[in-house]
Amino acid sequence: MTTTSINTERVEAGAHGADSHAGEIPLITGGLTRADVTNNVAGPIEKGMTGRWWAAFAVALTALLIGVVCTWYQIRTGIGTWGLNRTVGWAFDITNFVFWVGIGHAGTLISAVLLLLRQKWRTSINRSAEAMTIFAVMCAGIFPVIHMGRPWLAHWVFPFPNTRGTLWVNFRSPLLWDVFAIGTYFTVSLLFWYLGLIPDLATLRDRASGLRKKILGFFAMGWNGAARTWSRYETACVLLAALATPLVVSVHSVVSTDFATSFVPGWHATVFPPYFVIGAVFSGFAMVLTLMLIARGVMRFENYITMKHIHAMCKVIVFTGSIVGLAYITELFTAWWSGVGYEQFAFKNRMYGPMAWAYWIMFSCNVIVPQFLWFRKVRNSLGAVFLITLLVNVGMWFERFVIIVTSLTRDYLPSSWAGYTPTWIEGGTMLGAFGLFFTLFLIFCRFLPMICMFEVKTVLPPAKGTKGGHH
Amino acid sequence: MSRRTVAVFEDDHALLLAVRDARKLGCEISEVLSPHPVHGLDDVMGIRKSRLPWVTLAAGLAGLGLGTWLEYWTSATDWPLNVGGKPFDSFPAFVPVMFELTVLAAGVATFVFVLGRSGLRPGKAVALSEPRTTDDRFALYINHKEGMPSKLELHGLLRGHGALSCREEDF
Repeated sequence: MTTTSINTERVEAGAHGADSHAGEIPLITGGLTRADVTNNVAGPIEKGMTGRWWAAFAVALTALLIGVVCTWYQIRTGIGTWGLNRTVGWAFDITNFVFWVGIGHAGTLISAVLLLLRQKWRTSINRSAEAMTIFAVMCAGIFPVIHMGRPWLAHWVFPFPNTRGTLWVNFRSPLLWDVFAIGTYFTVSLLFWYLGLIPDLATLRDRASGLRKKILGFFAMGWNGAARTWSRYETACVLLAALATPLVVSVHSVVSTDFATSFVPGWHATVFPPYFVIGAVFSGFAMVLTLMLIARGVMRFENYITMKHIHAMCKVIVFTGSIVGLAYITELFTAWWSGVGYEQFAFKNRMYGPMAWAYWIMFSCNVIVPQFLWFRKVRNSLGAVFLITLLVNVGMWFERFVIIVTSLTRDYLPSSWAGYTPTWIEGGTMLGAFGLFFTLFLIFCRFLPMICMFEVKTVLPPAKGTKGGHH
Repeated sequence: MSRRTVAVFEDDHALLLAVRDARKLGCEISEVLSPHPVHGLDDVMGIRKSRLPWVTLAAGLAGLGLGTWLEYWTSATDWPLNVGGKPFDSFPAFVPVMFELTVLAAGVATFVFVLGRSGLRPGKAVALSEPRTTDDRFALYINHKEGMPSKLELHGLLRGHGALSCREEDF
């Protein structure tokens, strides 16, 4: 960091970081120079995308359009187009909301927390991961709005003087805390991501000409790479990272309190905030890894997203997955230890009730499947890792579904028990969210540098014949 | 019209040594441009630490104050409503929004100030005399002034540290 003091003896001796130790596998392979990094990352953007990009974009856009049609129909006609009933008031809508907020958490973890922990391996993946966060939060934000009976009054969630009293919002409600938490999370993530983009936009600007140069120049804000600017900039990045870290913990904790502050059996548990946050990191990392495995192959980024990076992400996944498993056991133990019949029944219902199939999909995908990542042979097999990451996301979607729907279908009063069947509109809306996410991500890949060029340049191993790189 | 010497390097370590030695000889380093942050450069250039953290703190406290006032005034003063039997001044329930507004204010202020203090703004024009400084080259700019070493001596020093090129330019 720029604030560490360097004495002249160290400068003379050629201080070096861990990367130049003999025999250690470098973080970025291929003996690349800084110019190589610029060419590899900026080149595909300047050349334009391939047929493969267009094919993927067409699929994603189709999914998005299906979602748009379904959502338009649902808002026009009403929530009755969904499969909700008086007993099961939340299902796909809130499952998808929590799922997407969770996906977003890995991006912040990678850019913020790993920055504070000085983990250099984050430099190849942080830009894409942060972009994922922004797109995931956008997808997440759609669901609370459309699940309102009158989404055209969604602006009523904000406290502003009005002609209804002034009627203020209920600051004591977790549903309102969500508004502030998700709003802050989106804003801070967007600013952090954009700030990180500025030096790379300058790099692209200086390689471009004509209209492209003007547009890039506008967004690059006159960046020139001056040392004083870099110094202030690095300080700002550390500050934003330090803000984003408690923010990311608070956001999913607040989302979990949507359930935990209720008295629905299976929801009213103090373990929910840490359980949800760790689950978010778990599913988010799985999604990052899924996308990075695809990107690495398609964009030929094997030198940047190396086996070291993949192993590191797998380790985070197996660690957080194990904690999620521990949380499941904690819930079961708490239900048994409490002696509360309703709580005990809620879990028996999950495990052997009519929706037990969902519970066991969740359990096998979240607890059993990631345990394979303990084995090096499995981590080295990209096909196995890819499959595991997909199953983890399936499992985490089902976790939210199980928590929400099984607890609601059968709570205190048996005469109120009901089933739940999703409608095509709900399925289409869910598909549309995936479509939005991938459409945005593909646009990001097409126009913006997927890998943070300037950060990767700081972790390049020193070229042969030069003194140890100064990091 | 002023003159300055521009030296271009491809190795960041060599750049650090050149900056250190040039300053020892009495040169005024007006700027160093680099494609990525160079650790140790702040110290050899004598750049003092940024005061940005204080801005972040001040903004965070302002956000906290605003959030606290907003919640208390709306919920306990202007139109108190009985929600679940909670007291009107229900501080624990107010904490999440207070926290979020603190972070929001601090984050936005940090972003605005880092750009503002660095003179960066949308659409600002930039004319780099060494375009590869955003790619893979480092440029060292030394303003000409009284008491600095001769051109021969300075070029000798810079090239001795591995400068790829040295030239004079007006600015």
